[in-house]
Amino acid sequence: MAAYLVSVLNGLAMGSLLFAIALGLSLVFGMMDVLNLAHGAIYLAGAYLAVALLPGDDVGMGTFVLAVLAAAAVGAILGGVLAGLTRATPGHLDQALLTLGVSLVVAELLSVAFGEEVHAIAAPAPFDGGVPVLGETYPAYRLLVIGFGAVLAVAVYLLIERSRFGSLIRATVADRAMVSALGINTGLVLTGVFAAGAALAAAGGVLAGPILGAQPGLDEKVLLLALVVVVIGGLGSVRGALLGAVLIGQVQALGTSLLPEYASFLIFVAMALVLLLRPAGLLPPRTAVRT
Amino acid sequence: MTDVLTVRELRAGYAGTTVLDGVDLTVPANGVVALLGRNGAGKTTLIHTIMGLLRPYSGSVRLGDREIAGAAAHTVARSGVAIVPQGRRVFAPLTVEENLRIAAGRGHQAWTVERIYQLMPHLAERRANRGDQLSGGEQQMLAIGRALLRAPRLLLLDEPSDGLAPAVVDHVADLLEGLRGEGIAALLVEQDLHLAFRLADEVAVMQKGQIVHRSSTSEFRADRARAHALLGVG
Ligand SMILES: Nc1ncnc2c1ncn2[C@@H]1O[C@H](COP(=O)(O)OP(=O)(O)OP(=O)(O)O)[C@@H](O)[C@H]1O
Ligand SMILES: [Mg+2]
Repeated sequence: MAAYLVSVLNGLAMGSLLFAIALGLSLVFGMMDVLNLAHGAIYLAGAYLAVALLPGDDVGMGTFVLAVLAAAAVGAILGGVLAGLTRATPGHLDQALLTLGVSLVVAELLSVAFGEEVHAIAAPAPFDGGVPVLGETYPAYRLLVIGFGAVLAVAVYLLIERSRFGSLIRATVADRAMVSALGINTGLVLTGVFAAGAALAAAGGVLAGPILGAQPGLDEKVLLLALVVVVIGGLGSVRGALLGAVLIGQVQALGTSLLPEYASFLIFVAMALVLLLRPAGLLPPRTAVRT
Repeated sequence: MTDVLTVRELRAGYAGTTVLDGVDLTVPANGVVALLGRNGAGKTTLIHTIMGLLRPYSGSVRLGDREIAGAAAHTVARSGVAIVPQGRRVFAPLTVEENLRIAAGRGHQAWTVERIYQLMPHLAERRANRGDQLSGGEQQMLAIGRALLRAPRLLLLDEPSDGLAPAVVDHVADLLEGLRGEGIAALLVEQDLHLAFRLADEVAVMQKGQIVHRSSTSEFRADRARAHALLGVG
């Protein structure tokens, strides 16, 4: 029972991180049909920023929050630049190749700067210990991450479903040309979403730091997981990204505790199953209108 | 009378193909011009090119004395052009209210969401419903309301009667007729000739990407044989 709960909690923590990371990927794809393959590299840049800014251990909460904000700022800048570059590039294939190129360059620069070794990142002070959960000790930091995920989900829900900017985003996913015909510069909306999504991914790199650390190749793993989340949830769908992230978090945690050798295999089985049963994903955005 | 829209020698198409093959067309200020023509003649392509949704190969589109050919759609929209597109294209995941609010920028005092609701009380009742929960007629009303909120000088209407029941078409026609006197010029693409004749002062006929006929509505109606030859109906 306790082992099961630990697995569920691990899954929720992973799901929270995946939601933060996958959200931007999904919205950018939904709005401009561009798979931002640099998304994982932006995440990794955030993780290495934590390595650079945080002392080895004894990290205070204030310092940690500063690192998260700094990563978000760097992510937003990277995202803004990527948005500009992709918008200046006609053709979806060229756009995808461009983001792939940016991703390779960023990853290479990071491994030149930080080396090939695995960097551990300490959890911030009041959350660096364990708390008793059903007689076992569970890392407090992961509970913090779950709390962050819940707050993020509510905040994103309010932004997307209740604000004017949110309705602009949903409308742009549904019919970008009609939004621009209403006098709205969809390029600006797009740049904003691109930057915000990249900010979340980079902040996610810091937040995931105490769990996943920082090392070369992590960018690709995270990008792949985020892609699976987006495909399972439905491209361009916020609710889909949340559901997909929670699902993949659970599958991964269960897989790691039950069948460690097949954990990543299980994730692709889950994706294949969803695609077989619901090719558009579990919660695709509504775009078509019956006429 | 000055023209609000002047199209000259306009060429456009998709991926190198030519659909608009030198279109010349004017719409007088406050006037309504019906654009008729068979399926595939290029009417929607012309509407989209004027709106800036499709970049022309060459030619000129002037709004008043401002050149807008090749400008982005949001720039064209801000110059005072609004579109009620073929197929309506209301935003499916947005509520009626959100569909309208998104169009209601700041500073368009002439048209407010409240005024749209007064004009279309039925939409007010449905304000919390999503775009994809509306009937075809309701969607058409919403598409018209959304365009009006832009307070346009020129309204591009692409087959507003398409797919609607006759009673609903009458309702849409009443609504559009009620807009006379608002200072809005319109280019109206319409297959329903009764509707086109009721609303338009002038008729332009498009064939294979060119305007092949232009006359007043009454003159066009008087010559049934010519109308038949041009449109294959009547
Ligand atoms: N997106 C597109 N890509 C390629 N070709 C297109 C596209 N849209 C229209 N066409 C072609 O352009 C030509 C003109 O189409 P258009 O939609 O402008 O005609 P229309 O007069 O509006 O017809 P309808 O009365 O059926 O709406 C047609 O041959 C059509 O197949
Ligand atoms: Mg058409």
